[in-house]
Amino acid sequence: MTATIAPRAAQRPVSAPAQPAGRRRRTWVFHAVMIPVSLLWVLPMIFVIVLAFRSFDDIAAFGTAAWPHSFAWTGFRTALGAGAMGRALWISVQVTVPAVIVTLFLASMAAYALSRFAIPGRRAILLVMLAGNLLPPQILLIPVARITESLGVYDTLVGLVAIHVGFGLGFYTFVLHGFMRSIPGELTEAARIDGAGPFQIYARIIMPLCRPSLAALAALATTWIFNDLIWSITVIRTEAKLPVTAALLNLQGGYVSNWNVVAAASLIAAVPTAAVFFAFQRHFVSGLLVGSSK
Amino acid sequence: MTTTTAPALRPIVSGRGAGRRGTLRRVPAIVWLFLLVPAAVEVGMVFWPALNSFYISLTKWNGLGAAKPVGFGNYRNLFSDDIFLGALKNNVIWAVGFGGLSVLGGLALAVALNRPRRGVGLYRSAIYLPMVFSLAVTGLFWRVQYQPDGTINTFLGAVGLGSWEHQWLADPTTALYAVLVAAVWRQVGYVMVLYLAGLKSTDPTLDDAAQMDGAGAWQRFRYVVWPQLRGVNTVVFAVTVIDSLRTFDIVWAMTQGGPYHTSELLSTYMFQQGFTFLNLGYASAIAVVIFALALLFIITYLVRTTKDEVEA
Repeated sequence: MTATIAPRAAQRPVSAPAQPAGRRRRTWVFHAVMIPVSLLWVLPMIFVIVLAFRSFDDIAAFGTAAWPHSFAWTGFRTALGAGAMGRALWISVQVTVPAVIVTLFLASMAAYALSRFAIPGRRAILLVMLAGNLLPPQILLIPVARITESLGVYDTLVGLVAIHVGFGLGFYTFVLHGFMRSIPGELTEAARIDGAGPFQIYARIIMPLCRPSLAALAALATTWIFNDLIWSITVIRTEAKLPVTAALLNLQGGYVSNWNVVAAASLIAAVPTAAVFFAFQRHFVSGLLVGSSK
Repeated sequence: MTTTTAPALRPIVSGRGAGRRGTLRRVPAIVWLFLLVPAAVEVGMVFWPALNSFYISLTKWNGLGAAKPVGFGNYRNLFSDDIFLGALKNNVIWAVGFGGLSVLGGLALAVALNRPRRGVGLYRSAIYLPMVFSLAVTGLFWRVQYQPDGTINTFLGAVGLGSWEHQWLADPTTALYAVLVAAVWRQVGYVMVLYLAGLKSTDPTLDDAAQMDGAGAWQRFRYVVWPQLRGVNTVVFAVTVIDSLRTFDIVWAMTQGGPYHTSELLSTYMFQQGFTFLNLGYASAIAVVIFALALLFIITYLVRTTKDEVEA
């Protein structure tokens, strides 16, 4: 590298000494631009946090955008108590955990079958499954409400879990298929010669090797399912059974001018996914990239 | 199959696809089960309902009693429905604005934050953190900012632009754009992550070579880096359009399509028709239109990912 630079630099001696100063100036410009830009992202969040900790009287007297004159937990207390955000959080957990586990389990089975066996038309099957995930949900809403009703799971969390599983399957199958295909055949071949059946190979060899991609997909699926709104309000009718995002919108209708309560409730809804994100940041980003970039 | 009757042929048969690298084998029954259970779930929860929508869209139905077939009546009515046409127009504005701004923003930030430098990690995290919030949470975050006495108006007042102060979400002329800004705020981080990955896979020696030859920053980006991002561009393009046709949550959280349907998108109008007014046939017709518009981009995305699969 340096070898190729040297002759050029010799031809243009001016540029060599000028570089450190130029670089320092460029660094300075870089931060001068990036600090205000990232503030555009950070400040709205900080503002909501501050608002959530102010008292109702303070906001009523000075407005939402004023410097805080109070520090109060009432926003959070009301949101969790009367606003039922605590209950909604628990419901979201009851939906998200089984939905993520069942989806990944079923997706890994399909991906295993499609990637390791000569199933006729396996490419087409894979693409059709992925296409199912790309469909606009709108085309499913009315029939899904009908079908869950006829199965007796309308307005139940089981029904909500079922639609999350069905709708997510295609994407996770596609991603896991890509990963399983990259596992060398020698590994499974050796196990097969030792007498392992397809199920044992799946459980003892393929699944353990897939752990990193399963982790990435689990992080991604958790935030998607936890953040869902449209399936919740399609399948669930009873207010007491609404998961967190839908409950948040309901609460907002009930506490129109109590901005501290609304701010606190939206933070309560945002914290779990933010926690997943920080805990699995690396997995999360790699999860976003699978299937979309490359 | 043939392999069991004529084992001698086995190596030849497996040579063409049936046993690539010796990993793909004759399919045992349990493996069929592995595939059929998930496939049945997806067919039951996705494809069968989707087909139903096509049928329901050809009927007049309120959910009770029998659906009355009306042929293409619902579709004909759509095109004389001003609210539908307005929502369609808004959706075009949305796709262009949402797509354009988040791609420009995300690409610019990815280029700026590509090379490791002090502070880059912090800037990146700040910008993609909103991506983990739900669209409904994002909507509420921004509702707070857009209040008459909220941060935006207060800021405008403070810098002497008091005359620009506005009821952003209540004004028919600004509501759609106010929601759009909130949606872009959340999306930029996602697009940035996609482009950062794209930039990572570009060849740095090409860039260095161009710099040696005296190419300016813009020239290097335009003629060296940009052509290498073609794959990412296709994906980002398809994903953004599919996303904008699906957009529902953020509008529902901020304006519910109001005031006077000025921020109505196809998805919110469909939801109202279906679940508020129980015009199930008409709502399904809107859903089918959304599907038809998305179809082209779904295919683009599938073709692109298939190409990756082949190359991989």
